Amino acid sequence: MTRFVVRRVISMVLVLFAISVLTFLIFQVIPNGDPAQRMAGRLSTPETVAAIRRTWGFDDPIWQQYLITMKKIFTGEVISYTQQVNVLDQIKQDLPATLSLAIGAGIVWFVMGVLFGVLSALRAGHFTDRALTVVALVGVSTPVFLLGAVALYFLAFKVQLFPNGGYVPLTQDPLDWLYHMILPWLVLSVLFIGIYSRVLRSNLLDTMNEDYVRTARAKGISERRVLVRHVLRNSLIPIVSLWSLDFAAVIGGGAILTESVFNLQGVGQYAAESIQRLDVPPVLVIVMLGAFAVVMLSAITDVIFALLDPRIRLTGR
Amino acid sequence: MATVDSTVRAGATAARDADGGAAGIGPYRLALRRLRRNKAALAFGALFALIVVLCLCAPLYADRIAHTGPNANHVTDTVMVGGVSKDVVSPTGQPLGPTWHGRFLLGADQNGRDIAVRLLYGGRNSLEVGALATLLTMVLATIVGIAAGYFRGVVDGVLARILDLIWAYPVVLLGIALGTSLALGGIAIGPLQLQGNSLLVPAFIIGIVYIPYVAKPIRGQVLGLREQEFVDAARVGGAGPLRIMWSEILPNVSSTLVVFVPLMVANAILLEAALSYLGAGVQPPNPSWGTMISDGIRLIPSAMHLTFVPGAMLVLAVLGINVFGDGVRDALDPRAKVRLEERGEEASR
Repeated sequence: MTRFVVRRVISMVLVLFAISVLTFLIFQVIPNGDPAQRMAGRLSTPETVAAIRRTWGFDDPIWQQYLITMKKIFTGEVISYTQQVNVLDQIKQDLPATLSLAIGAGIVWFVMGVLFGVLSALRAGHFTDRALTVVALVGVSTPVFLLGAVALYFLAFKVQLFPNGGYVPLTQDPLDWLYHMILPWLVLSVLFIGIYSRVLRSNLLDTMNEDYVRTARAKGISERRVLVRHVLRNSLIPIVSLWSLDFAAVIGGGAILTESVFNLQGVGQYAAESIQRLDVPPVLVIVMLGAFAVVMLSAITDVIFALLDPRIRLTGR
Repeated sequence: MATVDSTVRAGATAARDADGGAAGIGPYRLALRRLRRNKAALAFGALFALIVVLCLCAPLYADRIAHTGPNANHVTDTVMVGGVSKDVVSPTGQPLGPTWHGRFLLGADQNGRDIAVRLLYGGRNSLEVGALATLLTMVLATIVGIAAGYFRGVVDGVLARILDLIWAYPVVLLGIALGTSLALGGIAIGPLQLQGNSLLVPAFIIGIVYIPYVAKPIRGQVLGLREQEFVDAARVGGAGPLRIMWSEILPNVSSTLVVFVPLMVANAILLEAALSYLGAGVQPPNPSWGTMISDGIRLIPSAMHLTFVPGAMLVLAVLGINVFGDGVRDALDPRAKVRLEERGEEASR
């Protein structure tokens, strides 16, 4: 156990280091992306550009620039190139919207995915199952920004049932917050509901033929109890592990498209806008945060499963 | 002795008969046979094929029917619809809706470009990016997965770290970071020279991003395969690692690879649309389904056909290949399906 944790932590640090270097390099290889020139603006003299370059250290070798930027990130004083605001402050300001979206949608897609999966499996081959299959397939085949735009058009513009995007902080007005989040939650969840219900359906159908399920039935336990305590409980393991990975990805910037369509002003949207401005520091921080969430949650999931299920052994990898 | 032999043979024939008919048919022929019985998968496969053919015929449609190109502006033109002359783009900037005639069949966009023509050309670009990205993913993932699983040890360690790196990097963020920087600068790695607006840029990005999703399962499968007796036999027979990987391991993972292809094409088309929506995919004025949708989204309230036409086409194409892909998977692994159906019966009681 200790060995597993130590190896996971080392591996995580390595991955995060490599990701930060990679992100830094991606923006350094742009031939016409001189940040000093962009910061000085169009009508700038070569002197101002040179001065900016000196103060921001753009003349230093790349590795030195990288080290300085990383140091600033960890001391919390990293400043964005184009807006010249503290990146960490900006992220702190945007994080509530992203967390609201991720946590709410995570709950919605887990509950609905399990519900639809169970319904599908219980009615396998019948109308309900077929209909849910069609819905799941359409959900998996529709880009989330298209779905969001269509939903906004019909539900916020044609019928003014929901607000036209935007985010209201939970602390400011909980009801208004809920009102603004419902549509983004549902739209982001559709894809995942499609995947989860399909996976759970086939897991359930597989588990129903296990010997221990037959034993449980033979003992005379009611069908409902067999289903919930024996079949569903075991079929949920892969779903929960899938959920933790997807949830991490959504927190780590995976919800960019949903945030943009609904103009939630979250971390993902901040990343997308920063990338378009070729503003390296915010992108660097957000990408590292996202990768950290993914690596961290997958390690935690592995540990939890090892504790819950004695058949799973923890190895280095 | 002779009786035993013939009994064995009879038994083998009976087993094959149960699964698909005549004896001595290869697994792929059998799979094809099963696929042919799956009408829904075939219908959706045909839908996808139809969309591909239509998009390939884009120049023909543009030349013979619409009489315009994908990037030709007609902002100041008028067009006769049912005997009435109409502006392609009204003085207030409202683009023409569908005319259901040869010219501007599906309407025009805010630049006075023919939506139907752009839809077909855009489909060509989307499908091209999807196909190239899938090709890149499959080739690289197969090499990485087989090498990691076969050699294990240091090779596996290094490759697994690289896969972890790509996998932990937020997909869409990696895509737009690469896409934005490459769209500005292009790629210049040795002999590989790409312009920033080349279609190969999004194809390259998408191809790289999805490698771990294919390479990881392949690696797992190879880890099991390399311990099998036929691999030992080949090794004893003097085959080197390359030969074993090529002619012993590869054929055994090929069905997994085939199952991944439609899935990857669908995912690649969706990611291309997402990247284009964020301005990091196919670059304007080149059309693609994604760029067309993102151009139209701001104008949904006044001209919803700008979004709905390419959106519907995209969903139909991806849906078609998804359902077909499910059919291929069931055909290649019939036991999974039979299992599902048997248990489905039991469950429905």
